[in-house]
Amino acid sequence: MEPIKVHEGTVATLNRVNVDTDQIIPKQFLKRVERTGFGQFLFFDWRFNADGSENQGFELNQPHVKGATILVAGHNFGCGSSREHAPWALHDYGFRVIIAPNFADIFYNNCLKNGMLPIRLDEKYVYQLLQKGEKETLKVAVDLENQTIKAEDFETSFAIDPYWKQMLLNGWDEISLTLQYDEKIKKYEEKVVGQPV
Amino acid sequence: MTPKTIIEKIWDQHEVIQEEGKPSLLYIDLHMVHEVTSPQAFEGLRIHNRKVRRPDLTFATMDHNVPTVDRYNITDQIAKTQIETLQKNCDEFGIDVVDLEHPENGIVHVIGPELGLTQPGKTIVCGDSHTSTHGAFGALAFGIGTSEVEHVLATQSLWQSKPKTLEVKITGKLAEGIAAKDVILAIIAKFGVDVGTGSVIEFTGDAIRGMTMEERMTICNMSIEAGAKAGLISPDQVTYDYLEGRQYVPSGEAFTELTKRWSTLATDEGATYDRTVTIDASEIEPMVTWGTNPSQGIGISKLVPSPEEATTDADKRGIEQALEYMDLKPGTPIQDVRVQHVFIGSCTNSRLSDLRAAASVINGRKVASGVRALVVPGSQKVKKQAEEEGLDQLFIKAGFEWRESGCSMCLSMNPDFVPEGERCASTSNRNFEGRQGKGSRTHLVSPEMAAATALAGHFVDVRQLKEEKKMTS
Repeated sequence: MEPIKVHEGTVATLNRVNVDTDQIIPKQFLKRVERTGFGQFLFFDWRFNADGSENQGFELNQPHVKGATILVAGHNFGCGSSREHAPWALHDYGFRVIIAPNFADIFYNNCLKNGMLPIRLDEKYVYQLLQKGEKETLKVAVDLENQTIKAEDFETSFAIDPYWKQMLLNGWDEISLTLQYDEKIKKYEEKVVGQPV
Repeated sequence: MTPKTIIEKIWDQHEVIQEEGKPSLLYIDLHMVHEVTSPQAFEGLRIHNRKVRRPDLTFATMDHNVPTVDRYNITDQIAKTQIETLQKNCDEFGIDVVDLEHPENGIVHVIGPELGLTQPGKTIVCGDSHTSTHGAFGALAFGIGTSEVEHVLATQSLWQSKPKTLEVKITGKLAEGIAAKDVILAIIAKFGVDVGTGSVIEFTGDAIRGMTMEERMTICNMSIEAGAKAGLISPDQVTYDYLEGRQYVPSGEAFTELTKRWSTLATDEGATYDRTVTIDASEIEPMVTWGTNPSQGIGISKLVPSPEEATTDADKRGIEQALEYMDLKPGTPIQDVRVQHVFIGSCTNSRLSDLRAAASVINGRKVASGVRALVVPGSQKVKKQAEEEGLDQLFIKAGFEWRESGCSMCLSMNPDFVPEGERCASTSNRNFEGRQGKGSRTHLVSPEMAAATALAGHFVDVRQLKEEKKMTS
């Protein structure tokens, strides 16, 4: 996985609450057996009109947000299903950082496991970013090491679990880390014999 | 000893590694796998030349993509590939799979309990958010993403931060004719779709104790719709009675021993939760959702709300967006809203008792003209039992379509869907935009309410419908 240390990019705003994973990646696109190629289907029903043309009214289709790598959204982002296709689609589309007042738990974890940084930020700061980025291209620098977010006339810090901070900074693969504890897992299994299915 | 909640007890029993300030490594007792969220996980194992650590604790089924008319004839080639890929992966890694021809095939959250794989005190995961269903048995059961599926396959464990505990207490007695589905929809309507974020819910109170296992499953199933990681209920005699004699549950002496162990799991007297919320069961009436998230629900006697009722700007915008998508006007009695489709099924409401409840409403009536009504049993076993009882004939005679089992129109990954702009009364769990097909409009209800709506052609209080029948018969 690619490490994230400092990420500089532009912002796309999605000023909506309770954006669910069915919107992020509609179910008709969940049938692939690969992890890649989901970006083209991101927010499909919102992004495209029935005839396949781009919906000019949709936030991500605004000219000033093209090429954005940071998504700023309303509260409870990523609620609903556990489909990891949602973070895969966001990542494949180009996003590396997602900022919202809060996230649904499974979605939050799924982002971390795919080298994307989800940032929970106080609503008032999220609102400032939404305002600044709604009409004009907004450049933002996210520093994971120092846990800060900076933009013009904007600076704040954010919290992140130290474990996940290390994982993201180093781009570590969680399974290889866990396999180092193989002996401990074996000991647990000897102590508590799992009931065979 | 400090009194503990069932959540803490199960957690403590499954910690393989616990270090201050870090997530714990939690051992997983049962891993259920299905075709949609697993292919990339198996692919990951192959790339790194890894094995499945405990194929004996892993169990697979095919449910999400399965056609419900002719289940052996999958015309969608990509869906077919996904199903074949699961079979291939299970063969390669030595995992038991109930394929489409297997009499035990069905929706993962229906067959786990049905076969007795789901048991109190277990940690259970699946790449599906409705894994919380299994919590009805006093198991810590939660949905995971595909990276975590791969992690569990490789290590039989997961790194997890200890969740907060949230008690949802349902006091008092349910009124006659109120379903478990009404209770959970009322809970989510009252406390919101993110009340459970970062938490595991324990459902408590007299109303819960009085529920059957199938009703408890409906409650726990929708914990995720309240934002919770999991939802569970302390096990009791109702739980043990349900499990006794099931295929994967030990019998005789071993069962007695197990129940002794299970009986130590229930939350201790005096244990405290991080937070408790309370709802009075007697206030709950049959529920219908009007919006595009499960908290946007009202009682059957109520009117579609207005954005002006919102307390925050974000909520106001949420209501406006939902009303626009659902094509509803504020102040409309929900009973006046007509539907074109009815779906009885999904991991929330497709068990035998759900089908019985729906069938009991029919009473010689017919599905209203202009309504297509589907009944999709949760498993092949449920289907068979229902047919033995003659429920299929009751449904068919009334004009319902009787289908093979699967997830079907809950998420419409198979050929069953609601056309754009049309409305569906559905016993499933999510009324998100486009969930049942692009542009579809979903109203969540109980099986009884779904059946009543099918017969009336619009939403109706099932209790009145049943009353009318009594008077005329």
